[in-house]
Amino acid sequence: MNLLIKGGRVIDPSQGIDDTLDVVVENGRVKEIGKGLSAPADAETIDASGKYVVPGLIDMHVHLRDPGLEYKEDIISGTKAAVAGGFTSVCCMPNTKPVIDNKAVATYIINKARTEGSCNVFPVGNITYGMNGERMAEMGELKESGCVAVSDDGKPVKNSELMRRALEYAKGMGILVISHAEELDLVGAGVMNEGFTSTELGLKGIPRVAEDIATAREVMLAEYTGAPVHIAHVSTEGAVRIIRDAKARGVQVTCETAPHYFTLTDDAVRGYNTNAKMNPPLREVADVAAIKAGLVDGTVDAIATDHAPHHLDDKDVEFSEAMNGIIGLETSLPLSLKLVNDGVLTLQQLVEKMSCNPSEILGLGRGTLKVGGVADITVIDPNKQWLVTAEGLASKSKNSPWLGETMTGAAACTVVDGKIVFSGR
Amino acid sequence: MEFRHKHIIALRDLSKEDIELLLATAESMREVNSRDIKKVPTLRGKTIINLFYESSTRTRTSFEIAGKRLSADTVNIAPSNSSATKGETLADTALNLLAMKPDIIVMRHAVSGSHYFLANKVNCSIINAGDGAHEHPSQGLLDMLTIKDRFGRLDGLKVAIVGDITHSRVARSNIQGLTKMGSSIYLAGPPTMMPPGVEKLGNVTVCNTMKEAIQDADVVMMLRIQQERQGKTLMPNTREYSRYFGLNPENLKLAKPEAMVMHPGPINRGVEMSSYVVDGDQSHILKQVENGVAVRMSMLYHVCGGELAE
Repeated sequence: MNLLIKGGRVIDPSQGIDDTLDVVVENGRVKEIGKGLSAPADAETIDASGKYVVPGLIDMHVHLRDPGLEYKEDIISGTKAAVAGGFTSVCCMPNTKPVIDNKAVATYIINKARTEGSCNVFPVGNITYGMNGERMAEMGELKESGCVAVSDDGKPVKNSELMRRALEYAKGMGILVISHAEELDLVGAGVMNEGFTSTELGLKGIPRVAEDIATAREVMLAEYTGAPVHIAHVSTEGAVRIIRDAKARGVQVTCETAPHYFTLTDDAVRGYNTNAKMNPPLREVADVAAIKAGLVDGTVDAIATDHAPHHLDDKDVEFSEAMNGIIGLETSLPLSLKLVNDGVLTLQQLVEKMSCNPSEILGLGRGTLKVGGVADITVIDPNKQWLVTAEGLASKSKNSPWLGETMTGAAACTVVDGKIVFSGR
Repeated sequence: MEFRHKHIIALRDLSKEDIELLLATAESMREVNSRDIKKVPTLRGKTIINLFYESSTRTRTSFEIAGKRLSADTVNIAPSNSSATKGETLADTALNLLAMKPDIIVMRHAVSGSHYFLANKVNCSIINAGDGAHEHPSQGLLDMLTIKDRFGRLDGLKVAIVGDITHSRVARSNIQGLTKMGSSIYLAGPPTMMPPGVEKLGNVTVCNTMKEAIQDADVVMMLRIQQERQGKTLMPNTREYSRYFGLNPENLKLAKPEAMVMHPGPINRGVEMSSYVVDGDQSHILKQVENGVAVRMSMLYHVCGGELAE
């Protein structure tokens, strides 16, 4: 399939492009970018006037629940949700059943995604064997099997000596370590952020310092070992400050945050709303401000959703019993566009954080519209208004705190490897 | 004045007028409790299920007696475990009970907010007999009735609450209720047991020492120290706790001479309170228990929305 994407505002920070241009796609590659281009033979023309044309969005942190937890999500439904949200690539976390600590599971995911999925899926393997925090997984083979990073996401590596060695070893293998940074003793039996809201609701709190201390440990280990580290789902003011300071010292640390951390506070938990329960938990106004400031000044490199599908049976229970996490693939783009509309981020910054930087951090070789590159392209309608409903979401699970709310902005067309995989809600 | 609430889950959800009405009705219910034949037909034909996921002697018995004195049929259920991850879920248990057409479910549950969850699933009235560290409205109401009995009012009183505020649903219900009624609340306890932002919950002052809290207090309310709740990290041991946060005849002298002493029970004698205080002249602990029946009769009566059979 050949494509002519006509008359859109092309924003590609990797080439410093921000102009009204046409994009020609031939044989799955970007053929040409320029003004007044004509359609190649057999090309489908996409009218992109009034829309943004950007390098395909990349979500470096999702849970596809496949293999093993397909009642929540699978590679088919998860990638459908991804392309509906404008994502052309997702990185799936290894807390599956079985976990991704070996070549067989990684290969299963890659093959299923290739044959039945709608977008690129890059698995993240485990740091530790069995994800039990005791012994390193075979990171070399995981990398060879196609894993783009290692992480025990959902479960911090508690043993600091093991984390130190994992960082060193992973550096040698050329694979990035992604840390779920929480000090578990401080998390304890907490179920939401510790603060006035937890006091009023009588729920056990998770103090922010649990995340701050763990972030500080990872930063110090990265500094000591000279190995890079990526901090997942940053939610606190303290973690942003620690990472900012580390970057200023030249430590190889990158990080991501999720749309809920710059959109919601722990007020959303009121009414014991289990769709506002996740880990790390929603924090307070000062944290939301700090996350935004971190996005603006470059401390926070990427926006990732931590898309965490859970079945109604896992969520429609008493608050303390409910599982952690919310879906995010289909709401990430409008919530992030709101930062642009609110004057927090420029469009260029937004594209960097949702495409260029994740590609750069993980070495995916995407996140660009360079001529000759893979044609992963997202066409965004910034004005599209749509209602979030359970029926309207492509994800198998419906655990979103934004059900019933109107979003502004959506993917108008998602192109993966030069093929249209989604053409608007 | 009409009581418009179908459920009583938290004193935070009730207005001052609601609380006044519940207390006034409780006062009239006391007359029933003093009769030779302690029974009125008010709730005849109504079915009340006491669903207690946490063990309780006082509260469950009190609710059961309250229901029986109003001629309701009461059934007690104590499921063996309180975790939704094991066995039947709370929602399924509730729906099964609901199929037997109860009018009121009185529930105690270890998970904060579980009553709101339940109220969304069922069409009968829900009364909270304690949920996690959230609220214990019947205790708050009976405490207020007992204070009102002593002073004839609730406004303008200095109420000291001493102990583990973080884990106390009794403290939260009293803070919510007493603030609405015009009292000033002074909290004391080790900082490890003081939840963040508690001063914003109501007319609350957090004190650095117990002395500061009970100085010139009208009411001294002591909370139970539960070793299983406090775990190993919140205090060295009960000996040291008692030394700094225990109520004894000496430090009680700091309170007003006519001050009353309260405790929601069960008491750890010699830990949060010395036996001399528990059994002393200023103790109103058994009056709290006595008032518990009247208050719970009032709560059952009002959620049923019935009329008083005079």
